[in-house]
Amino acid sequence: MNPIAIILLFPLLGFILNGVFGHKLPKLVSSSLGALMILLSFVTAISQWSQIAFDINGSISWEAYTFFNLDGLLFRASFALDRLSIWMTLIITGIGTLIHLYSMSYMDHDKNPAKFFSYLNFFVFNMLLLVLGSNFLMMFFGWEGVGLCSYLLIGFWYQNASFGAAARKAFVMNRIGDLGLLLGMFLIVKNFGSLEYNEVLPAIAEGSTSNVVITSIAILLFIGAMGKSAQIPLFTWLPDAMAGPTPVSALIHAATMVTAGIYLVVRCQAMYSLAPMAQELILWVGLATALLGALIGLRQNDIKKVLAYSTVSQLGFMFVALGVGAYTTALFHVTTHAFFKALLFLGAGSVIHGVQDRQDIATMGGLKKMMPITYITFLVGTLAISGFPLLSGFFSKDEILANVFHHNIIAYVVLVFAALLTATYMFRLLFLTFHGEFRGTDYKLSDVHESNWKMTLPLIILAILSVLGGALNLPHYLMHQEGFLASWLKPTFLIFEHAEHSDLATEIGLISVAVFVFLFGWFYSRNKYISKSESPESGSEGIAKVLANKFYIDEIYNKLIVRPIEFFGDVLFALFDTLLLYGITFSINPILRFTGRLNRKIQNGNIEYYLIYMVGAIALLLGLNLFFA
Amino acid sequence: MELLIFLPLVLALVSALGSKWNRWIILVFALSGLLILTGNFNVLAAAIQEKSSFQTIVDYPWLGDAVHFRLGIDGITLFLLLLTNILIPVISLSIKTDKRPALIPLMLFMQAGLNGVFMAQDGLLFYLFWELAMIPIYFMTLLYSERDSYTTTIRFFVYTFVGSLAMLASLIYLGTKSVNGSFAYSDLYNVQLTLTESIWVGAGFLLAFAVKIPLFPFHVWQPNTYTYAPAQGSMLLSGIMLKMGLYGLMRWYFPMASESIDFYQPIIMILAVIGVVYGAIIAIRQDDMKRLIAYSSLSHVGLIAAGLFALNKSGFDGALLQMFVHGINVVGLFIAVNIIERNFGSRNLNELGGIAKSNRLFAVLFFMVVIGSVAAPLTNGFPGEFLLLKSVFDYNTTSAVFAGLTIIFCAVYMFRMYQFSMLGECNSDTEDKTIPVSELIPLFVVAFFVVSIGLFPQWYMDLFQNSTTSLLQIISNAKGVLS
Repeated sequence: MNPIAIILLFPLLGFILNGVFGHKLPKLVSSSLGALMILLSFVTAISQWSQIAFDINGSISWEAYTFFNLDGLLFRASFALDRLSIWMTLIITGIGTLIHLYSMSYMDHDKNPAKFFSYLNFFVFNMLLLVLGSNFLMMFFGWEGVGLCSYLLIGFWYQNASFGAAARKAFVMNRIGDLGLLLGMFLIVKNFGSLEYNEVLPAIAEGSTSNVVITSIAILLFIGAMGKSAQIPLFTWLPDAMAGPTPVSALIHAATMVTAGIYLVVRCQAMYSLAPMAQELILWVGLATALLGALIGLRQNDIKKVLAYSTVSQLGFMFVALGVGAYTTALFHVTTHAFFKALLFLGAGSVIHGVQDRQDIATMGGLKKMMPITYITFLVGTLAISGFPLLSGFFSKDEILANVFHHNIIAYVVLVFAALLTATYMFRLLFLTFHGEFRGTDYKLSDVHESNWKMTLPLIILAILSVLGGALNLPHYLMHQEGFLASWLKPTFLIFEHAEHSDLATEIGLISVAVFVFLFGWFYSRNKYISKSESPESGSEGIAKVLANKFYIDEIYNKLIVRPIEFFGDVLFALFDTLLLYGITFSINPILRFTGRLNRKIQNGNIEYYLIYMVGAIALLLGLNLFFA
Repeated sequence: MELLIFLPLVLALVSALGSKWNRWIILVFALSGLLILTGNFNVLAAAIQEKSSFQTIVDYPWLGDAVHFRLGIDGITLFLLLLTNILIPVISLSIKTDKRPALIPLMLFMQAGLNGVFMAQDGLLFYLFWELAMIPIYFMTLLYSERDSYTTTIRFFVYTFVGSLAMLASLIYLGTKSVNGSFAYSDLYNVQLTLTESIWVGAGFLLAFAVKIPLFPFHVWQPNTYTYAPAQGSMLLSGIMLKMGLYGLMRWYFPMASESIDFYQPIIMILAVIGVVYGAIIAIRQDDMKRLIAYSSLSHVGLIAAGLFALNKSGFDGALLQMFVHGINVVGLFIAVNIIERNFGSRNLNELGGIAKSNRLFAVLFFMVVIGSVAAPLTNGFPGEFLLLKSVFDYNTTSAVFAGLTIIFCAVYMFRMYQFSMLGECNSDTEDKTIPVSELIPLFVVAFFVVSIGLFPQWYMDLFQNSTTSLLQIISNAKGVLS
């Protein structure tokens, strides 16, 4: 059996088994089954590593069947495990396994863990479809599939109506992006007669396609990426998606699904490299999102919301990298972000469990004594994302900054500012949660408990990865050669990726800025929340209020888009459809009735009248006859 | 194959004789069509062969030489026969006979008419079956509508009848022009018309089909009829009958009045795309589940019509596939609504909620139909919608952008419907009430098609692809004659 089939089969099997029989199985069995399936997928993917590493153009492909066939234009269900997709597969299944393990404990108290694991397995299946598909169609299948799973998992606790609203919002906003993606695919088929990567991308790389076409396709695909990867203007669903169980936030809304947009652009490297206008768009959208997310993150008091806006912002960083053509760097940041953001979310979940389902950091504080493992791992995650030297986030973020520095100095300054905010809000979160005085009012610090091993083990593993993850792509100035990821991905890029190598002085300058940014964020938050022990801002006035209310973007969307459509729907229904259209069409009724009534007066059934009509008509005819004769 | 028409008629009579039938006997009655189809395997296999055009399989002189009882078959007809004869048993499973004894005979009567419409190969015979299929639905809505039955029914009937008469006029006009006044399908489409003639003849066909589909703004009969008709009436109307209109476009309008296509194409395209957006926006605001489905159906069939008028391979294939899929899904939705209304006493979204809690299986099945309608990949809605949007895109980019809005709006109204009926908190009516599993049987059939078409659309498309190719060839040849 083809290894790709095996990789896909396990999570699908888990979905079906748990979906059909799960509710009859003991909780431990159904949840272990879910975790095991992802682990098996992970192991299978690892076993294929050497085969791909061995040959520089090595990839394993699998033609499952023809999905449909339009007069010889084939839409195939075909898959390929190449250097890029195996990288993504390992992230998905590797982190997926850890999060499944974590969920075994986290969802233990839930009524229906089998349903949860079934959905989560199905998510992994779809995510794998997305990265393993060897054409845009299969990618789109996974793309929409993960959106559906996201809907199901955000609304997992379906009795809560507001969770349901968040789930629908996520799905609909994603679909707005999907429309762009779909139109992009149509344009691809129209111009290249295929959706297969290995037919379309080489044709683009050849350079004979018109720039307008390439740019249009690139922008349409990017619209899809905006939806999935929560970029301005389609980002507001992601913070709401935190309604789902926390492992879902870690796996789907931080580590994997939301990075699908980056994967898409990296996959289409040939296309974007030849579409500078699209790249410029990506750069500025990413930059604006990075800044906006970080600003809002400064004044959120819900532990998961801070992390959600942080994710929005970090995704912006990745798009900035793509915008300046640093594809490897973007994927590097995808990887390190997957480590530390999954860690932070799972840490947050551990906190939420520890404090009995509270999420407001205003009611926390001083938890580090009670939850040492959670605290230390969360600290590692914070250091990593804030760019503490030599941790994973330091390297990947520094690489982005260096690339932007060479590309556009304004963008660089803005991005440094966003990084500074990142360190600030992360330390704010850390200090308010774990340091200082305990601020809980309706529960006691002594009730807070550390989580069990199923939850702490993934935290520890992810913490180690967050520390060491930088080794995956060490910078040129340290190694005097390309990083591992850069040389790994090189064969998959059809157009030579131009890597910027700064001279030593510039590099030292850039690193100093990065370190300063880290220190500033740490010092500012420490001064404010530990030394002065300020409690979290309620954000009731001035600019803090604007930030706490997320720039009122949801409200603006509601007023400008949702309400008008609803209003339009009402007006069309009540006035146009019912009153006007139905009314006009059937206004013929009274007319018919009126003429009918007139007619009835003539045909009243009296034989005398009929005789008169007859005689009259004969007289008339005779008269006419005489007249004309 | 003529048994497909006569057997249901006989069974309709038989079933009318008794009033209380066991639901399994009814199922056997309803399955007769499918049995005949399997019995004629050889004929069907021939129908899907390469280069298969509309082959005559039955031919008796009927009204003199001019009008024959002539039936034909090809992949397109076969596919719609399958749809009809699969849906009839599915619908029959959802019927509770005790209260509405006439439903079964009327439904079987209708089955005969529908099978006839899809097979007719003679202009007048086509018209005859077209009207024959209408009569049962007239009685169904008249007898069993929940309110305003007389007004709704008479308006619906007269309105569609006016359209049909226009078609009759067109057919007769064509007949007078054809060799020996024959109404045979091939003789009719060989008639050469001037552009003006063709526009008038085309108008007759289009009026009939636009009303039946229904195409915006000819849909005025539809929302009230779907809403107030008995559930099975709504299923028959939306699941099968409206496909008569779409089928009519393919089989009759395009070849018969091909000279007028260039004239009507932009008009219908615009109307169809307006219908897609219009139906969807209204559906977003409906609280009555049946009315919501009615408007969503308007939106979905608008897209099918747009695909047909794009007049390319992907449009025709997508349209046929989606005709089948829409039939399956809309019937599934009406069944689900019917189950909800029967068990919980309401189908108003404001009065429901939380049904999923005690009805896990129903929740899953209903959800499958919902995502099928939303056209999520791996469900049956996706391949057809993909092909249709692609065909519209190939015709005109702007139209595709507007038609594409359906994938956003459909998610809004479908998930809203699911949310407020199935999810959320229970109320006193929906608390701890379990739906009997036997009521769910038809939904299993629907779910089977949701998944199998979603995974393997090519299995289904193999049935009709050769025929759509040859039909498109005929149309483009006919267009070529004039230009």
